[in-house]
Amino acid sequence: MKKKLFLIMLVVFLAVLSACGNSAIQSTSKKEEGGSKSGGTIKIGVLLPDSGVYASLGKHLHKGMELYFDSIDWKIGSKKIEIIKEDSEADPQVALRKARKLIDQDKVDILTGTVSTAVAYAIRDEVDKKKIPFLVSHAGGNDLTRSKRSDYIWRSSFSSWQIGNSLGEWAFHNVGKTMYIAAADYAFGREVSEAFKEAYTAAGGKIVGEVYPPLGNNDYSSYLTTIKNAKAEAVYAFFAGSDAVRFVQQYDQFGLKEDKKLIGSGWLVSEDVRKSQGNAGVGTISSIFWDYSIKTEENRQFKEAFEKKYNERPTIEALEGYDAAKIIAEALTTLDGDASDPDKVVEAISNVEFISPRGPIKFDKETHHVIQNMYIIETKLVNGQTENEVIEIIEEVRDPGK
Amino acid sequence: MDIIGAQLVNSISYGLLLFVITCGLSLVFGILGVLNLAHGSLYMIGAYVSYSITVHSGQNFWLALIIAPLAVAVCSLIIEMILLRPTYQLGHLSQVLLTFGLAYVIHDMTAAIWGSDVLSIPLPQSLSGTVTLFNQAFPVYRLAVIAIGLILAGLLWFIQEKTRWGAIIRAGLSDKEMICALGVNIQLVFTVVFFIGGYLAGFGGVIAAPILGLYPSMEFQTLILALVVLVIGGLGSIAGTFVASLTIGIVETFCRFLVPELSLFVVFGLMAVVLIVKPNGLLGRQVVKH
Repeated sequence: MKKKLFLIMLVVFLAVLSACGNSAIQSTSKKEEGGSKSGGTIKIGVLLPDSGVYASLGKHLHKGMELYFDSIDWKIGSKKIEIIKEDSEADPQVALRKARKLIDQDKVDILTGTVSTAVAYAIRDEVDKKKIPFLVSHAGGNDLTRSKRSDYIWRSSFSSWQIGNSLGEWAFHNVGKTMYIAAADYAFGREVSEAFKEAYTAAGGKIVGEVYPPLGNNDYSSYLTTIKNAKAEAVYAFFAGSDAVRFVQQYDQFGLKEDKKLIGSGWLVSEDVRKSQGNAGVGTISSIFWDYSIKTEENRQFKEAFEKKYNERPTIEALEGYDAAKIIAEALTTLDGDASDPDKVVEAISNVEFISPRGPIKFDKETHHVIQNMYIIETKLVNGQTENEVIEIIEEVRDPGK
Repeated sequence: MDIIGAQLVNSISYGLLLFVITCGLSLVFGILGVLNLAHGSLYMIGAYVSYSITVHSGQNFWLALIIAPLAVAVCSLIIEMILLRPTYQLGHLSQVLLTFGLAYVIHDMTAAIWGSDVLSIPLPQSLSGTVTLFNQAFPVYRLAVIAIGLILAGLLWFIQEKTRWGAIIRAGLSDKEMICALGVNIQLVFTVVFFIGGYLAGFGGVIAAPILGLYPSMEFQTLILALVVLVIGGLGSIAGTFVASLTIGIVETFCRFLVPELSLFVVFGLMAVVLIVKPNGLLGRQVVKH
């Protein structure tokens, strides 16, 4: 009897807990139940992870978007902007369900978001079939604007190819003629290193060896010993988040920094991981499409506004969210806020062109992918803490689209 | 030849790090028969608390090493007394449900307190240098982890096998009623063991933090590894946990070195093989049902 009672209590307890979790996540989506398309508001569905490994990226993307919409008072013409958030949990199946909910139940006019490329692929057919303009604000898998291209999918963030390719030639001329590659073993890590290899070997460089530790690997000592004994002048690495912190720190601790220069994608030493790395990242060269240190008026204003609102430095994801919000707003402004015709909306998105904090951006109408500057940055020690500095700008990098 | 030696040092250091993280779980499960799935969470609390202490004490790692495990031990004491005690008669299923639920609660609480960014604890100054072994630089801290792991293993073995306390604990494991009849307060024994288990989890968290870093969902990653160690080593045996940690360290490190493509599942493959060949684990003994 007692046992039964306890089990029932446990079930109740769990049910209450899960209910709490749900309502906290969806509380923003309960406004204006079942509203019809358009009317007095423009509904933007935002599909980003609030939980799981990508939670912090999702959070920064939200912050960036909200910062921009704040600046235009959440209005386009006479219409109000409404954001409906859903947690993708970075899980393709969950995300597809949430995307359907946003499209069928909330009747959003535009969809944006997704951190994970797998999630973007999972909802690709859904948005294509239902003709919902989808502005990809982070997911960088090449195929999204190549073989999986859709009339309704446009990408304002980056492609793996842009990240990897941009450093290849430069590394051959400025870093070394032989290279070792270490990248996290998942689609994005593989694509970026592939693009780097292609550009690096085309310039004349030689890849000495490659290693792909699993995503979320905790101890790199074994890989580092292998790399240390390889005859390479430098190491090209792709890691992000906690992987980047551990890899860069351990790379330094095992004394590899002295004889092999570390280069890689910008996430290796991005704004959100550098503080945790201590001084281990000093000397790293990386390529990326925005950095805190870009010295333009647009970037200065963006940083200032962000720091004023949130009291912390913007990350690259915050910039992506900010730009995505601005692209949507600019596109809809040319339509006087009328988002009822998806074909007109994507047409308007394709014509958006402005100077972003990351430099001038516009869309390639063929691939639907953003054309942007790539920056080669070096991590330096300034007043006892690490800062990035732009050392070279590669202008108007266009994804080949195949 | 040098590279083999260097990889061996890597293996041992990784294996003993695993041991430091897992021994608390092994102690609690092996001795109390309580499968504490919140062990990873206790480990995480240890790491985050030590982060806060180092931040507020001018990077004093040693202070964190003293305080954080105690704080975690107190947490686990509260968990044991309030939540787990009523489940001792209910069997493993309710304990698993309860502690796993608890793991989610703690997960969200730490995310609310410390945020979802990646954090790390800088190495203490005295241990931040490098030593050259086999023609390769090794961080002193890695070697210190080896020493700590060995000392901890020796200490636990000694307590369990050679002291009166250890005898009571072992007796409690094989026959609870009899030890009660002999006048030992088994409830107190359980509480003390759980306290020590919590302390060790927190200790593991502090020791591992400078190497593994702090980030959301670190506890589940650790929990899975710890459970694998437990299964391979066998229940109720500190020696088994020690052997299993070292085995995993060696197998995984050399797999990463020789066939990196397999490194993701070699540990689980090893676990499957051990389960088939020796279902009780390498050095496990039959756990008595309570």
